[in-house]
Amino acid sequence: MSEPIIQIRNLRKYFGHVHAVNGVSLDVMFGEVLMVIGPSGSGKSTLLRCINELEKPTTGTIIVDGMDTTAKGFDVNQLRAEVGMVFQSFNLFPHLTVLQNILLAQRVVRKRDEKEAESISRDLLEKVGIPEKADVYPSQLSGGQQQRVAIARALAMQPKIMLFDEPTSALDPEMIKEVLDVMLDLAREGMTMVVVSHEMGFARAAARRVVFMDNGVIVEEAAPDVLFTNPSHERTKLFLSKILH
Amino acid sequence: MIDEEQTDFEERRTLSDFLREVPWWGVIVAGVGIYVLISMLTNVLYIEAFKAILPGIRITLEVTFLAYLLALILGLIAGMLRVSRNPVLYALGTLYVEVIRGLPMLVIILYAGFVIGPAIRDATHKVVDLPMLSRAIVGLGIGYGAYLAEVYRAGIESVHGGQMEAARSLGMSYLEAMRFVILPQAIRRVLPPLGNNFIALLKDTSLVSVVAIPDLLQMGRLFISRTFRAFEGYNSVAVLYLLMTFLLSALVRYVERRWRIP
Repeated sequence: MSEPIIQIRNLRKYFGHVHAVNGVSLDVMFGEVLMVIGPSGSGKSTLLRCINELEKPTTGTIIVDGMDTTAKGFDVNQLRAEVGMVFQSFNLFPHLTVLQNILLAQRVVRKRDEKEAESISRDLLEKVGIPEKADVYPSQLSGGQQQRVAIARALAMQPKIMLFDEPTSALDPEMIKEVLDVMLDLAREGMTMVVVSHEMGFARAAARRVVFMDNGVIVEEAAPDVLFTNPSHERTKLFLSKILH
Repeated sequence: MIDEEQTDFEERRTLSDFLREVPWWGVIVAGVGIYVLISMLTNVLYIEAFKAILPGIRITLEVTFLAYLLALILGLIAGMLRVSRNPVLYALGTLYVEVIRGLPMLVIILYAGFVIGPAIRDATHKVVDLPMLSRAIVGLGIGYGAYLAEVYRAGIESVHGGQMEAARSLGMSYLEAMRFVILPQAIRRVLPPLGNNFIALLKDTSLVSVVAIPDLLQMGRLFISRTFRAFEGYNSVAVLYLLMTFLLSALVRYVERRWRIP
């Protein structure tokens, strides 16, 4: 628990003149659940996407599990196999069944044999609560079910870290809980998680720290109870007043 | 009462679906076709024409399938170059598409037959001396590859960017993501234009008759110059081309239905 599994130092990411991330340093401990909140355009998604190199940082260093991901000649695929990612829009592969979605990367990247990969996939479907949906196509599932498959697909790679990019934002309200429950289970099992989301309930139940970002920088970080009830910065207060109604 | 209406509605819907899926209009075409065929086959002049022309079908089909196979492969490579972020690869793909697409198919076939073919023969000291048929197939394949490249590119670009991100975030390389995630979706979407080009290519195989390949059209023209029966000769050629394109059309339809994502 003492050694940070993700070390971000002075990270900057510019898109032309837009400074999406403008100097962020952050440590994530092994087994920790870290929440990132902030208004849209605050750079929280970009920060997350820099961790598994979906965006290439402009400057700064990111060390994940001892690997310097910003070093020259670094093998991105090696990093990504260790870092699972769950997207707002699920991004399941529509031409494959649920089972094949979970199988594909295990076969292609991890080179597991068919039988082993299938048994892992079925176990994971059990774990996310939809074992009976193995042979249907993503379009035949509800949003909540699709997102749970997406989580199972990422978990099949047995990642050390899971990144969640607004996993419940595209869901109908009654489906949010089933996804959060799966995430809570993961957190209890000790998975290291970085979650971009405004789900206060989840933050209170699972997160040790919440980071508030605005304009590409970290404004403040604190335990969820402290940050949500007694934020120390004006900007945080303003933002929370808007999302808490 | 409501139940009955429901059933009635569903039945009507199913019938309409059925009529949309089954090429029932083919019955009309087949009817006319059979009438024409029977009147032709009972006519001695047509029987002679068919006898003379039929062997050309084998060559026409051979050229069609081999050239299309080559075009599918070249088009896939060029299409992937066209979506590459590497400027050199992109330029290579674009050069191929722009140059080849800008040349008439007839000119490409003549080039393949009388310029490139002999050049390869001379450069390899007669080790590689492609027969005229192969030269024509290669010419057509290269020519259609340029069109298919753009078809593939459109397909690849139509797949949402999130698909590539999801595949890459699972640790797949760019090419693995292309092969297992992007292309299977892209190709399904472009099956209609791929089928279009297949049929267009079948018709364009008639151009290989200019390099003296005994395809359907060439056999027809030989028959006509021998017998001076242009009417029966070209009618037979046209009927045979139509028969082949209808069959190909049915094949394309079948493949499209087979590969549909539920």
